[in-house]
Amino acid sequence: MTERLFEGADWDFRTLQRITDACEEVALKDLGLDVYPNQIEVITAEQMLDAYSSVGMPLFYKHWSFGKHFAFHEASYRKGLMGLAYEIVINSSPCISYLMEENTATMQTLVIAHAAFGHNHFFKNNYLFKQWTDAEGILDYLDFAKNYVMQCEERYGRTEVERTLDAAHALMSHGIDRYPGKKKLDLRAEEKRAGRRRQHEEEVFNDLWRTVPAGKSKSRSTLSIERRRKLLGLPQENLLYFLEKSAPRLAPWQRELLRIVRHIAQYFYPQSQTKVMNEGTATYVHYRIMTQLHQQGRITDGNFLEFLGSHTNVVFQPEFDDPRFSGFNPYALGFAVMQDIERIVTRPEDEDREWFPDIAGKNDVMGVLRDVWANYRDESFIGQFLSPKLMRQFRMFHLHDDPEERAGIRVDAIHDERGFRRVRRELARQHDVGYIDANIEVVDVDLSGDRRLILHHHVIKGAQLNETDAKRVLQHLADLWTYDVALIEVDANDKVLREYVVSPRPIPAAVA
Amino acid sequence: MPIHIIDRRLNPGGKSLENRQRFLRRAKSLVQGAVKKTSQERDIKDVLEGGEVTIPLDGMHEPRFRREGGTRDMVLPGNKKFIEGDYLQRSGQGSAKDSGPGEGDSEDAFRFVLSRDEFVDLFLDDLELPDLAKRKIAQTESEGIQRAGYTTSGSPANISVSRTVKLALARRIALKRPRKEEIEELEAAIAACTDEDERTELIAQLEALKAKSKRIPFIDPLDIRYRRFEMVPKPVAQAVMFCLMDVSGSMSEHMKDLAKRFYMLLYVFLKRRYKHVEIVFIRHTDRAEEVDEQTFFYGPASGGTLVSSALQAMHEIVRERFNPADWNIYAAQASDGDNSYSDGELTGLLLTDKILPVCQFFAYLEVGEAGGSAFDLSDSSLWTLYERLRNSGAPLSMRKVSERSEIFPVFHDLFQRRETAQEKAAP
Repeated sequence: MTERLFEGADWDFRTLQRITDACEEVALKDLGLDVYPNQIEVITAEQMLDAYSSVGMPLFYKHWSFGKHFAFHEASYRKGLMGLAYEIVINSSPCISYLMEENTATMQTLVIAHAAFGHNHFFKNNYLFKQWTDAEGILDYLDFAKNYVMQCEERYGRTEVERTLDAAHALMSHGIDRYPGKKKLDLRAEEKRAGRRRQHEEEVFNDLWRTVPAGKSKSRSTLSIERRRKLLGLPQENLLYFLEKSAPRLAPWQRELLRIVRHIAQYFYPQSQTKVMNEGTATYVHYRIMTQLHQQGRITDGNFLEFLGSHTNVVFQPEFDDPRFSGFNPYALGFAVMQDIERIVTRPEDEDREWFPDIAGKNDVMGVLRDVWANYRDESFIGQFLSPKLMRQFRMFHLHDDPEERAGIRVDAIHDERGFRRVRRELARQHDVGYIDANIEVVDVDLSGDRRLILHHHVIKGAQLNETDAKRVLQHLADLWTYDVALIEVDANDKVLREYVVSPRPIPAAVA
Repeated sequence: MPIHIIDRRLNPGGKSLENRQRFLRRAKSLVQGAVKKTSQERDIKDVLEGGEVTIPLDGMHEPRFRREGGTRDMVLPGNKKFIEGDYLQRSGQGSAKDSGPGEGDSEDAFRFVLSRDEFVDLFLDDLELPDLAKRKIAQTESEGIQRAGYTTSGSPANISVSRTVKLALARRIALKRPRKEEIEELEAAIAACTDEDERTELIAQLEALKAKSKRIPFIDPLDIRYRRFEMVPKPVAQAVMFCLMDVSGSMSEHMKDLAKRFYMLLYVFLKRRYKHVEIVFIRHTDRAEEVDEQTFFYGPASGGTLVSSALQAMHEIVRERFNPADWNIYAAQASDGDNSYSDGELTGLLLTDKILPVCQFFAYLEVGEAGGSAFDLSDSSLWTLYERLRNSGAPLSMRKVSERSEIFPVFHDLFQRRETAQEKAAP
């Protein structure tokens, strides 16, 4: 029998090293995972709260909104309303996992297996992360962002910087490129680029240019609408990008701030699209690793039971009429589907052969799973791999709530032969970020007239924008654009449902 | 693959402090309002212990484009009895869904905990005793500490390292203590030397150098210097606050509660803000007595009303213990306004002749029954009297209070930081 990794609940740094080595052995040899180098950091509860307030990142620029989150988390933590996560893991290379100091040895093992191998593998291999994030450069970029914001505060004043950042934050959810662009993000080059640009501006500055008489400008009206839209790259759904490139009166540093916020939003975009898969993968991996360690006799029965206890809590899915219910638990759903795939691959039933001809009975569990982890996101993952058996097991049903319908909320489909596909499609759709976020894009700018910026919100299923919030966001948008902004809500038939027009607030002091 | 395990627990904490302060600064007016509101509800003893405040989320809201309404589709787990085509009632059964999926940020208030210091700062912000320090500066001076050069003796905690090293260096140079490089050079020369005689000589030289460097220590006790501090007297203005409370039978429980709350607030404010303020508690029925704070706030008493008795007592105490030339004198009086008719004249005389001339500021708080006195048609006898005095230019401030929630605003009003001393007499 192999040596035990630890006895009881206590651990020290040598124990952690042993645990990590053992997990690594299972992860790389038995599961065939491919991970970034690991860096494991032990932190206190207060440091965990710090990390919470800055979206889990170890360093971030200063802004009051993070202070607000900190105060909020701290208050609920102190009152015992909220427990803290056992770990936080950062999609970077090396992959940094934060472990809480009060975890027991068993929990540390679980957390290392979960974060340092499960999440880590997912970050390194999933196509979305490969396409949209630059794990090597993110920490350097955040450092650059932090310093840049600080310098701006020194040069242009804290209030000005805060105004710009507030506005950028309000538009953050619409500062994302949803479709792959020309090239992958290289965050290290970003940093150099900003520096070079500033330097260039300083070098070529010549006040005389101001005095050179400008030639007669081309008549704008000759530009056709089509041509104008093309020049401005419209329609454009990345509002922050559009403002950064086209807002007429922003100072260069403001554009740079928008760019920073946009890059950070983009960095987190894959995470919001893969909650179920990411957590499912990590949970599946920790479950496999822990079971393996137990079978090897490296973890005692007692510790294994402790693990099972917290594992069961993590993958608990309350039913819809349970007071604890708050939507599908991504851990539960993800883990269940992963386990189900394992079952289909190794012990398929007739139903599975019919539904999953490609993988049923293929017998190479890890091969199939690694492929799934690499090439899917939540929506496609659920749409492909949620099996009838699992729908029956969760007893899923689909409700359709039409406010026009007097009789009430209709049960549209349930977990039966007729309903499987509809339930699955609907659940997949619930996990599609593109479908959840409001579809807003810049459609036109009235260049010849009052420079009004025109946005369209394509209303889906009658869900319009929350009025107070929409007005405030538009106010921020108008402040950046510095001319009027109009938002028109149109339905699928181009019928105008509602129109907002917002004018920019006067700027208190002249902006440099 | 190398794995790094790092202990971050010892890293300096408070990483979010800066962000938190920015948040508080931005939300200052909201938080201040919340602090005042919270303090009304709480027992005043607990008020300054810090604690949780709730501010409306509205002011600190970060807007996003959010969609709402329309037709909604959702997939839920845990079907027990529904079949396709069933209809669910919107209320009752369906309510679980309303709070179900969707955004979690629908809370309408934002709660968080303020530290004790943060709370006190916000609570007592912009309050002060009016017109303090006009009188002669007191003899009781507090001592402040000030840096005053260096000394050759002191406690180890005060060693000035840079100064010590500087002196040591000077001494070593002056006494020509051999440097480490010299010795090393010589040692190298010895190692390289082949000639036996020269070698012996070099060794002798080395020994001499080593002996010398031993004789002349790197740091000598003579070099050690300590930072010297001097006590500097800091003048402090002396002030005394007289708290005069009516506890006669005409004061109902509610009125007493109001008065006590007011004094509690005053007490807390003075204790926190001014280290050197004396507080004298006088309570009176038809006779007055000076009591300690415990009796003042918690001791029971009852009887008729003679306001002049309290003023007389105050006057005597001033004469005995607080020379008006040396002391800033303040008084706060709380009463229901009833006074026996025959006492009115005496009260007026005492005030105008004895009390007000020596007082920096005299605050009068009239407590009334719940839901009443603010709109009372007839003013009480005391109120009428005081009003007359104030109109003739006495430094008097008067307020009426009938609800608990009014205490803080009135208190705040009375002790608000004034622009100029002239305004102190204004209501």
